[in-house]
Amino acid sequence: MKLKPGAVIDEPGSSTKTKTGEWRTLKPVVDKKKCIKCGLCWLYCPDACIKIKKDGADIDYDHCKGCGICARHCPVKAIKMVREENGKSN
Amino acid sequence: MEKVIETSHAIAEAVRLAKPDVIPIYPVTPQTHIAERLADFVADGLLKAEMITVESEHSAISAAIGASAAGSRVFTATASQGLALMHEVLFIASGLRLPVVMAIANRALSAPINIWCDHSDSIAERDSGWIQLYCESAQEAYDSVLFAYRIAENRDVLLPTMVCVDGFSLSHVYERVLLDNDEKVRKYVGKYRPLFKLDARKPVTMGPIGYPNSFMEFKEQQEQAMKMAINVMRVEERNFKKHFKRDFYGLIETYNLANARYAIIAMGSVCGTIKHVLKQSRLKDIGLIKLRSFRPLPKEALKKAFEGLKAIAVIDRAVSFGNGGVLWNEIKALSCLPVHSFIAGLGGRDITPRHIMKAFDVMQKEKENEKRIWLK
Repeated sequence: MKLKPGAVIDEPGSSTKTKTGEWRTLKPVVDKKKCIKCGLCWLYCPDACIKIKKDGADIDYDHCKGCGICARHCPVKAIKMVREENGKSN
Repeated sequence: MEKVIETSHAIAEAVRLAKPDVIPIYPVTPQTHIAERLADFVADGLLKAEMITVESEHSAISAAIGASAAGSRVFTATASQGLALMHEVLFIASGLRLPVVMAIANRALSAPINIWCDHSDSIAERDSGWIQLYCESAQEAYDSVLFAYRIAENRDVLLPTMVCVDGFSLSHVYERVLLDNDEKVRKYVGKYRPLFKLDARKPVTMGPIGYPNSFMEFKEQQEQAMKMAINVMRVEERNFKKHFKRDFYGLIETYNLANARYAIIAMGSVCGTIKHVLKQSRLKDIGLIKLRSFRPLPKEALKKAFEGLKAIAVIDRAVSFGNGGVLWNEIKALSCLPVHSFIAGLGGRDITPRHIMKAFDVMQKEKENEKRIWLK
């Protein structure tokens, strides 16, 4: 992306281009067999990184910062926070 | 039309013709007659601008940034502690690349409490990313405000600009000023067409976070813009001369330098004193290099002016405590010649012909040793 003078961003909705997933130290992993697709994690995720798909909760690892709120709120403990391996985001 | 007016009023007159949309200004000490006269213009309907009398200089420059971001042409003015209070916000104006123009009536910083002239206020903001132009006379102050808008708003530059006039010894001095007719001046300054502005119909983000992976690139852009400003000033110098049919120096002005072997370098109103001494003494051997643009520093123009010289004397009206005169340090870095340092005129102390002659003597006599002298 070309850097505009004064760091102006003239393209709306471009914040998703910043891959905040790089900040993560703990990564939420969904056990799709346990997931009941209740949508609580989708509701609580402060970064709108979770979508409920046919087979269960699906996490956008490019932007998930690993806060762990989803794991805390999951009523069936389907989400576990695991350590990032080799600093990679997924 | 020629008129005898105060430098502060000459600046206000130039601002009236540049027609800023917004003037956020702190109206109390250390403010000058610039704000007073602008308030008159607005009250009398001679200038259709939004004048915001804010509660501090920190707010003045913050409001200036907001107004400029919204696409307005902006003017403000301050001095001394007021400029110091603006400090943290100055970097935001330059980082956002907003062409705010601000007049500075250079005055000392406390303590001890002192309201008189020296350059310590604006020199302390050397690294804030603002262009800094220093003026010798009321005419130059008037011209510089017009020039400043042309430079600051140029698409290749887009940097905020300070027009510095010596507090009291210039800001409050009445001089003969050639005021051009309004139409001619307005034609020269032109309209401000912002590259980006805050507009709900075409939304942009200003002032986002700059992560470590891009912050340096933006800072590099600012440095490039400063370099571009030198080229733009060269072109604008010629445009100014063509438009107004009078000499105008954007970067440096030289006086009596053609056959000189020694040169004295200074900024601001003291250059008038130096010219006077040179004229009276008829010294052919000494010339003056008046530095108009301190930031960006016109290195190439200075180096060219140094050609054929044997020694240089620098007059500083500000000190970098622990390493002497600020301008001296910068000139020293540009030249292998002996560069003598003279600290003078701090806190409104007069710089008299006697001081100038002393600098001349030292420069001519001291072949080897560089002297650092406080002219008291």
